[in-house]
Amino acid sequence: MAKKSEVVLDPLFNNNPIALQVLGICSALAVTTKMEMTVVMCLAVTAVLVGSNLTISLLRNQIPPSIRIIVQLTVVASLVIVTDQILQAYVFEISKQLSVFVGLIITNCIIMGRAEAFAMQNGPVMSILDGLGNAMGYSVILLGTAFFRELGSTGKLFGLEILPLVTEGGWYNPNGLLGQSPGAFFLIGLFIWMIRMYKPDQVEEEN
Amino acid sequence: MLEHYLSLAIKAIFVENMALTFFLGMCSFLACSKKVETAVGLGAAVTFVLTVTVPANNLIYNYLLRDGALSWLGDNWAGYDLSFLRFLTFIGTIAAMVQIVEMILDRYLPGLYAALGVFLPLIAVNCAILGASLFMAERDYTLGESAVFGFSSGIGWLLAVVALASVRERLRYSNVPPGLRGLGITFILTGLIGIAFLAFSGIQL
Repeated sequence: MAKKSEVVLDPLFNNNPIALQVLGICSALAVTTKMEMTVVMCLAVTAVLVGSNLTISLLRNQIPPSIRIIVQLTVVASLVIVTDQILQAYVFEISKQLSVFVGLIITNCIIMGRAEAFAMQNGPVMSILDGLGNAMGYSVILLGTAFFRELGSTGKLFGLEILPLVTEGGWYNPNGLLGQSPGAFFLIGLFIWMIRMYKPDQVEEEN
Repeated sequence: MLEHYLSLAIKAIFVENMALTFFLGMCSFLACSKKVETAVGLGAAVTFVLTVTVPANNLIYNYLLRDGALSWLGDNWAGYDLSFLRFLTFIGTIAAMVQIVEMILDRYLPGLYAALGVFLPLIAVNCAILGASLFMAERDYTLGESAVFGFSSGIGWLLAVVALASVRERLRYSNVPPGLRGLGITFILTGLIGIAFLAFSGIQL
């Protein structure tokens, strides 16, 4: 039992896919300008990650090692196509805003990385839990970043006004930089700093 | 016509830089930017593959996948819309192209092949490559436009990764707070380079 909870909870802070494993950063930054988009993106990544871990874990004894990458890519790409179709059917507006980034889940290194590192060696149940844990670790960082970016750059959360803007007679002067790309880089850098202050064993040695 | 291509190139290199504006190819961007030499090698490989794959995917998209693209086969085929298959097709084309490029380089340009080394196969899963193809499909580029777009996106990515690598080489002499060492400070640096590139926004020829 203890091992199962470890597999789920470890990726949250101890072995975070973004902050420590350096996986899946590409999409992490681009979709964090608005909370709404980020939530949809996190759900999509969770669905694909759990699905691909499960499928690959079930297939792991059938896949010949020499062509495993192409098999993994095909599994992931098929799952992404399904996810993309569902998003277009039910949340068309957000799917338009996410534009190419839903498709880019295919090349998101978290998915391939976990398939290669975990699902190829473990049974289906553990692989689902591992997928869930890593998706949560990814979502924590993404939601945190999106919270500060949307609040800081527009004074809103989920499109609802939290901080009244100066231009509309309030007091909050929005910080446009947070909405631009450099703001995302700074925020993730600071998140990593915070996690490593709290867990000093993750600090990288000077080479 | 030339002006249009030039403006497209400037936009792809500076204004909408793949790495700094769209965060594409970040994984290898961060992992391979410790030394300028490797950064140049990787950047060259990415540019090369982008220049080949974006026009190739453009042909596939326009003549096989998009709504009504199969009409050249006859009227019966005009109603098919296979564009939902584009993710699978694009990633397949990219993987195949990388393989072909690798074989051609090995045969005819062994020097360049040795210099690029392990980076070439890695590129197949670099999101900048797939991203460029998806942008091409979304923005409806023609064949010429997509060739220019592919090449200049690659150059933009090369610029960004070399800039980051040269700053990181200097970083060895500075005293970084322990928690920020490695990944943390790299993110902050990328943000700073990104601010510099923000100055290009809105430029048009």
